[in-house]
Amino acid sequence: MTVVLASVVLPVVLAVGIALAGNRGIRVAQVLAVAGPGGALAAGMSLLASERASSAVAWRSAWLSQGGASLPLGFAGDALAAVMLVIVGVVAACVVVFSWGYMAHESGRPRYFAVLMLFVAAMSALVLADNLVTLFIGWELVGACSYLLIGFWYRKPEATRAAIKAFMTTRVGDVAMLLGMAVLWRAAQTLSLDGIVAALPKMPQATVTAAALLLFVGAAGKSAQFPLHIWLPDAMEGPTPVSALIHAATMVASGVFLVARAWPVFEASGVARATMLAVGVLTALYAALVALAQTDIKKMLAYSTISQLGFMFAALGAGAWGAAMFHLATHAAFKALLFLAAGSVIHGSGTQDMDEMGGLARAMPVTAAAWTAGALALSGWWPFAGFFSKDAVIAAVAAASPGASWILVFTSAVTALYVWSATFRVFLGASRSDHAAHESGRSMLAPLAVLALLSAVAGWAGPAFTERLGAPEEHAALATIAAAVAAVAAGTALAYALYRRAPERGASLPGGLQSAARSGFGVDAAVHALVVRPAVAFAQWVARVADEKVVDRAVEGSAALTGRVGGMLARLQTGEADVYASLVAVGFVLLTAVVVWMGGR
Amino acid sequence: MIALGLSCAVFALGLYGVLSRRDLIGVLVSVELMLGAGGILLAAAGAASGATSGAVQSIALMVLLLAAAEAAVGLSLLLALHRRSGRTRVDELSEVSG
Repeated sequence: MTVVLASVVLPVVLAVGIALAGNRGIRVAQVLAVAGPGGALAAGMSLLASERASSAVAWRSAWLSQGGASLPLGFAGDALAAVMLVIVGVVAACVVVFSWGYMAHESGRPRYFAVLMLFVAAMSALVLADNLVTLFIGWELVGACSYLLIGFWYRKPEATRAAIKAFMTTRVGDVAMLLGMAVLWRAAQTLSLDGIVAALPKMPQATVTAAALLLFVGAAGKSAQFPLHIWLPDAMEGPTPVSALIHAATMVASGVFLVARAWPVFEASGVARATMLAVGVLTALYAALVALAQTDIKKMLAYSTISQLGFMFAALGAGAWGAAMFHLATHAAFKALLFLAAGSVIHGSGTQDMDEMGGLARAMPVTAAAWTAGALALSGWWPFAGFFSKDAVIAAVAAASPGASWILVFTSAVTALYVWSATFRVFLGASRSDHAAHESGRSMLAPLAVLALLSAVAGWAGPAFTERLGAPEEHAALATIAAAVAAVAAGTALAYALYRRAPERGASLPGGLQSAARSGFGVDAAVHALVVRPAVAFAQWVARVADEKVVDRAVEGSAALTGRVGGMLARLQTGEADVYASLVAVGFVLLTAVVVWMGGR
Repeated sequence: MIALGLSCAVFALGLYGVLSRRDLIGVLVSVELMLGAGGILLAAAGAASGATSGAVQSIALMVLLLAAAEAAVGLSLLLALHRRSGRTRVDELSEVSG
């Protein structure tokens, strides 16, 4: 109960308070806002510390009852939830502190911090849920917060468009997830996770596979897996700290969390696991190649996030949900770090375009150091966090499918290439802008330091982490580790060589591939042509035919009919009382006649 | 039976009056006749049914009472109308037409 109070109720109270305090109280409110993530962090820590907190029920209540069935609301804390709470708490606290400086000149700060608090509450509810209904409520709430924060600058048409795109695309996944829940409900008569697991052995294989695949589509929508990834690069229209928290560290990882949470369902379905492996590997490679061609620093990080989420899904597909969760945790630290460092760079240099940066290490040494720590972790250099978690993923995939693991090794090389190429372009060489860059303030650098420290050391926690989760552990073969390290070294070396040859251009793909990759190999355009345009055409047809010709005509027709009948009846009302009296008399006679006639029978 | 005939006759007279009279006072009196016819029938039916409690009779008395009240209201409306416009003929009044 205290866990729920601290991680869900407290942030909600803060959200309401911050919203009510408004612009006048925002200087105090934004400091108090740290308590929201702090509550989540404390709740997670206490859960982790408590003696083997496996499914300790915190709170449960019936919510919707219909006949004999009822949908409960319930929270339960286990190690998996605790780990997620800690991640959410740490990253959200860093983001709140970072936002003091980053958002200092914005007018909508009460809205910003209030929605941020709501997000923390929703995310905590999502991870603490002990049944799919509660999880889904949190799932939708984080989506709504994501929508609100992507569209934070709502006067900018691109931002509102990106917000709607994110909302609609994830909705596709959410519908599939609801269907998956319906399948499970039909088969198990319950949506509590324990109940579903208990009912699994009695379910037919086809049902389990259908449920697992549908849940996976939901997870893929939230976690931006191919081809539902198209919303995430656009979501970069939101403020950068939001990108760090929601679109890199926590919300987009909740798809991975969902699969880990409902793991027995996926374990029982080989088809679903094979699908996850294929989609994960494809997404990882595809997004890494696209990231290579980006010039916008945030877009590059967005594609990098998609790629890393692909790694996690590949691990899930290989059956190693512990490795996936481990990579989720380290990725949360180093990708949030990279995003916040990018935010600091954007703040200091006044641009998001890497073509206009260069030589920033001189003006922004702390930011440069923090970014470098993030880049080391992302590319997977020993002893940074990414080395351990990425190798755990690759080792797990190698055990399940050697071919797929080679694709992931190649993807790590591409990852190293794009992140180092960006690092060299942004921080080394000559400045390509006439804007004098400046280092960010202390409140923005402190979160960078915290996250950089975590990115550097979190990897060592790997074995303890998997053991605490109770997940099966994979031991990497030496050959796999060697191949991965060689790939990272090759990617980094290639990035440096390319930088030396053309410092301002950075890495790029040959010829026509470059422009194709920049637009994501046309996936966005294809989705637009195949899904969006037909949907809009259908909607217009509905508006033109079904709405105007059927609904409108029915409504307007009945109104006109009523009016006409009323007009006819109004003519009877002459206002002359003697006429009324005569009509009453006639009516009386007629009624009497009827009664007498009927009574005679 | 006699009472039934009497009641019908009085009712018919009242109805005829309502339909044929052109002055409002006449119409009002005719309406009172119709109501009285109902009262007669009620009292007669009560007597014929052999009820001894007097409940029906008291209802008939109640109807008389209401008729008096109704006549008072009707007459005061009529008076107000007369003060306002000086008209008391039914066919002159059609302001409330739809």
